Amino acid sequence: MTSRVPSLILGRLLIALVTLTIVSFAVFFATTLLPGDTATILLGQAATPEAIAGLRTAMHLDDPALLRFVYWIGGLFRGDLGTSYANHMPVATLISGRLANTLKLAGLTTLVSVPLALTLGITAAMWRRTLYDRIVTIATIGVISVPEFVLATLAVLVFAVYLKWLPALSFTYNVDSFSGLLRAYAMPVITLTFGVSAQMIRMTRAAVIETLNTPYVEMALLKGASRPRMVLRHALPNALGPISNAVALSLSYLLGGVIIVETIFNYPGIAKLMVDAVSTRDLPLIQSCAMIFCFGYLILITTADIVAILSNPRLR
Amino acid sequence: MTNLVEIRALTVEATTDSGRKIQILKGIDLDIAAGETVAFIGESGSGKTTAAMTLLGHARPGCRISGGTVKVDGHDMATLPEKERAALRGTTVAYVPQSAAAAFNPASTIMDQVIEVTRIHRLMPPDEARRRAVALFRALSLPDPDGIGDRYPHQVSGGQLQRLAAAMALIGDPKVVIFDEPTTALDVTTQVEVLRAFKAVTAQHRIACVYVSHDLAVVAQIADRIMVLRNGAVQETGSVHDILTRPAHPYTQELLHAFHPDTGGREALPVADSAAPLLEINTLSAGYGPPQSNGQPLVLAVKGVSLQVKRGTNLGIIGESGCGKSTLARAIAGILPACKGDIQFNGKELWHSARQRSHDQLRDLQIVFQHADTALNPAKSIEDILGRPLTFYHGLRGKARDARVDALLDMVRLPRALRHRRPAELSGGQKQRVNFARALAAEPKLILCDEITSALDTVVAAAVIDLLKELQRELGLSYVFISHDLSVIEAICDEIVVMYRGQTVETIIPADRQPPQHPYSQLLFSSVPKLDPTWLDTLNIDADRMRVA
Repeated sequence: MTSRVPSLILGRLLIALVTLTIVSFAVFFATTLLPGDTATILLGQAATPEAIAGLRTAMHLDDPALLRFVYWIGGLFRGDLGTSYANHMPVATLISGRLANTLKLAGLTTLVSVPLALTLGITAAMWRRTLYDRIVTIATIGVISVPEFVLATLAVLVFAVYLKWLPALSFTYNVDSFSGLLRAYAMPVITLTFGVSAQMIRMTRAAVIETLNTPYVEMALLKGASRPRMVLRHALPNALGPISNAVALSLSYLLGGVIIVETIFNYPGIAKLMVDAVSTRDLPLIQSCAMIFCFGYLILITTADIVAILSNPRLR
Repeated sequence: MTNLVEIRALTVEATTDSGRKIQILKGIDLDIAAGETVAFIGESGSGKTTAAMTLLGHARPGCRISGGTVKVDGHDMATLPEKERAALRGTTVAYVPQSAAAAFNPASTIMDQVIEVTRIHRLMPPDEARRRAVALFRALSLPDPDGIGDRYPHQVSGGQLQRLAAAMALIGDPKVVIFDEPTTALDVTTQVEVLRAFKAVTAQHRIACVYVSHDLAVVAQIADRIMVLRNGAVQETGSVHDILTRPAHPYTQELLHAFHPDTGGREALPVADSAAPLLEINTLSAGYGPPQSNGQPLVLAVKGVSLQVKRGTNLGIIGESGCGKSTLARAIAGILPACKGDIQFNGKELWHSARQRSHDQLRDLQIVFQHADTALNPAKSIEDILGRPLTFYHGLRGKARDARVDALLDMVRLPRALRHRRPAELSGGQKQRVNFARALAAEPKLILCDEITSALDTVVAAAVIDLLKELQRELGLSYVFISHDLSVIEAICDEIVVMYRGQTVETIIPADRQPPQHPYSQLLFSSVPKLDPTWLDTLNIDADRMRVA
C-alpha cells in the first residue's frame, strides 16, 4: 500500500501558499484604501504642491496599484521589506528586534500554557462529572468571560501595586539573570496564559470526551483497563487532530492579538509596532507586520493539519 | 459445587433524560456451568445485552445494577469495588463486541490491542503474548496469522476483525466469554466461517459462553441452553432442543414463527400480461470516483447488469456486502447516475441522472433506504415528512393533505396520533413504516427497497414484509427488493437475481424450486442458518473454493 501522506502534506503546503498570496493581495489593497495621502502626511500640511508631487513620483505613488503591488511582492521575495515612511529606516531593522521580543513572549507563554491546558483538559475529561471537572470547567468559563485588559490590570494591581513583587512594566533589557527574566515576563505570560489556555482546555476536554464515548474505549474498559490507560492510550491518540487544531488556533493569537497586553505592560512587541504604524500611516511597516502575522498563523495551522494527518493511521 | 456463574434476582435501573427511573432488567436468575454455552435471545430493547454486560460488572452510562447478585467464579460483580472488577475483566470474564469494526481503536495496531489484556493484567511477557496471539489467530483460521497483527483495523475485513476480537477476548484465558451479537453485522457466507471458528476454540478450551443474539438459527448452532428475554424479564429458559421443538411461551412461539416467513398468501396478481416489462435495464454500469480516461469511474461497483421487472411482480436482488446491489438501486433511482447502459421504465427511456427525469418519472419510481434513522429528518414531525411529497408531487395542501397523511398512516398500520411526533420518538419498526409511507405518498408504480428489514428484529421484519405484501395486493405495486437475507427475499419475490462482484451470476425463480446452479449462489443458499442444531456441524462447504469459482 503506497502512503498518501507525502501528497497530502504537499497539498496542505500548496493551500498555505495560495492563502498567503491571496492575503498579500488583500493586505496590499486594503492598506492603499487607508484614508489620507502618504506624501501629504510625510511632508506636513505646509508643504508646497510641487514638493508633494515630487515626493509622489519618487515613491512611485502615482504608478498604478497593480504595478506597485508587483514591486512590493518582488521586494518581499528579495528580503527587502521596504523603507519606513515615518523614520526612513529599513522596515526589516524596525521589525527584527520587535519580532524577537514577540516570539520570546509567545514562546514562553506556549511553554507554560500548552502543557497546562492539555493536562487540565485531559484530566477534566478523565474525571468527567466529578467535582474536579466542575471546578476546571467553571474556572475556564470564568477566565474566557473576563476580558484580557481586566486581567492584565488586575495583575498589575495585585502583583505590582499591593504586593510589590513584580515591576509593573516589562523592561526587557535587564533580563540578564534568571530571576530578572522571571520578573520581567511573569505578568505578561500569566495574563496571556489565562487567555489562551481557557480555549485549549475546553476544546481538549470536548475532543477527549468525544472519543471516550466510542465503542473501542468501552472495549478497553471491558478488557480491565484503568481510567488513565483508557484516556491516554485509546482516547487521546484519536483526539490528536482536533486538539492540535485547537492549540494552533489559540497560539496564533499570541502573534498578532496581544496588543492589549503589550500596551498595558509596555512590552515592545510587534503588535504594538503595527498599531503605531497605523497611526503614522506607515504603509510598508503595516504591510510587513500583517504579512508576518498571516505567515505565523499559516505555519501554526499547517503544522496542526500535518499532525492530524500523521496521527491517523488510515492515511499513513 | 456451585456453578461458574450464578445470577440471582438481578435488576438494572436506567435513568432517562427526564430523570425518571425505569427498570430495564426485572429480576433475572440464571446459572451457567463451566464449559456451557447459554444464549440470550430477544428483540432489541429486551435487555439481553444489558444482562450479559452485568457479568462484567458493567452497566452502560445512565444505567446501574440496582439489586441482586452476579456471582462469577465466586466474585459478586455487582458489589465488587471498581478496581477489583477491572482485575477480573479480560482474565476471568471477557467480551466480544457486536461490531468489532467499531471496537478496535483505529490508531493502534491489531496486535497491540489483542495482547493489551496481558499487558494490563501483567499476565505474561509481551513476546510470549505475541506467540499466544499468533496461535489463537491460527486456531481461529485467520489468513496470514503471523503478519495480520501488524496491520491496522481498517486494513482487514469485517469477518476477520470479528475473529480478531475473539482472539482479543481469549488471550487472557477467561473462564466466561460474552459474545454480543458477534455475527449480526456479517454476511451469511462469512458468518458460517466465524461461527465455526468460535465453536471450535471455545470447545477446545472448555470456556463457558454467553451468546447474545436475536437470531434463533445462529443460536441453535452454538448454544446448549437458551434464555428468552422480553422487556427485561425472562420468558423461558430451556435446552435448545426444547425451545425449538416445544416453545412454551407465546413470545417464543412468535419468534419461531417469524423465522418461517409466510411464503404463500401472495397469489399472482391479475397481471395485464403485456409483453412490455415495467422496468428493464440493459448492461448498466455504475461506480464511484472521478471518471478515468475510458469514461468509466475509478471504482466500478456495477458491471453491465441487465434485468427486468414485470408489472405487478417483485424482483429480489441478493448478494454479500460490497457486491454492488445498493449501487444498482441508486443507479436505477438516478441518485448515482449510471455511466453506461440504459434504463427503460414504463416503456420509456429514462435519463441516467434523476435531475433530468420528468416529474412523473420521479413520482413513479421511489426508493426506500435501509436506515430509517438517517433517512428521516429528525427535526420534522411525521406529518411534515409525509406531507412534503404530497405537496411536491400532487400539489396537496391544507385539509386535503391532512386527510391523505391520515390515509397513509392507516395504510402502513400506524396510529394517526403519531403524526405529531418526531422520528426519534418512534420505535425502529415504526420508523421504517414511516419511511415506507413516504414512498407510498408519491403513488409510485415501482418501489426500490434497499435492505429495509435488515435493521429490524425478526418479528418486526416479518410484520413489515406482511404489510408490503398486503399493500401490493391493494395498490398493484411492484417492488425491487434488495437484501442479503435470503429468507426475506424468498418470502416476497417472484424472481431472485444473485449478484456477485458487480455482476449478476444467476436468476432464480423460487416457484420453480430449482436448486441454484452457480457455485456462488450455492454457497449463499447453503450458508443460511437452519433451525436444526446439527446444521453447522454437518454443513460441508468450502467457502474459499466456491468464491473463486
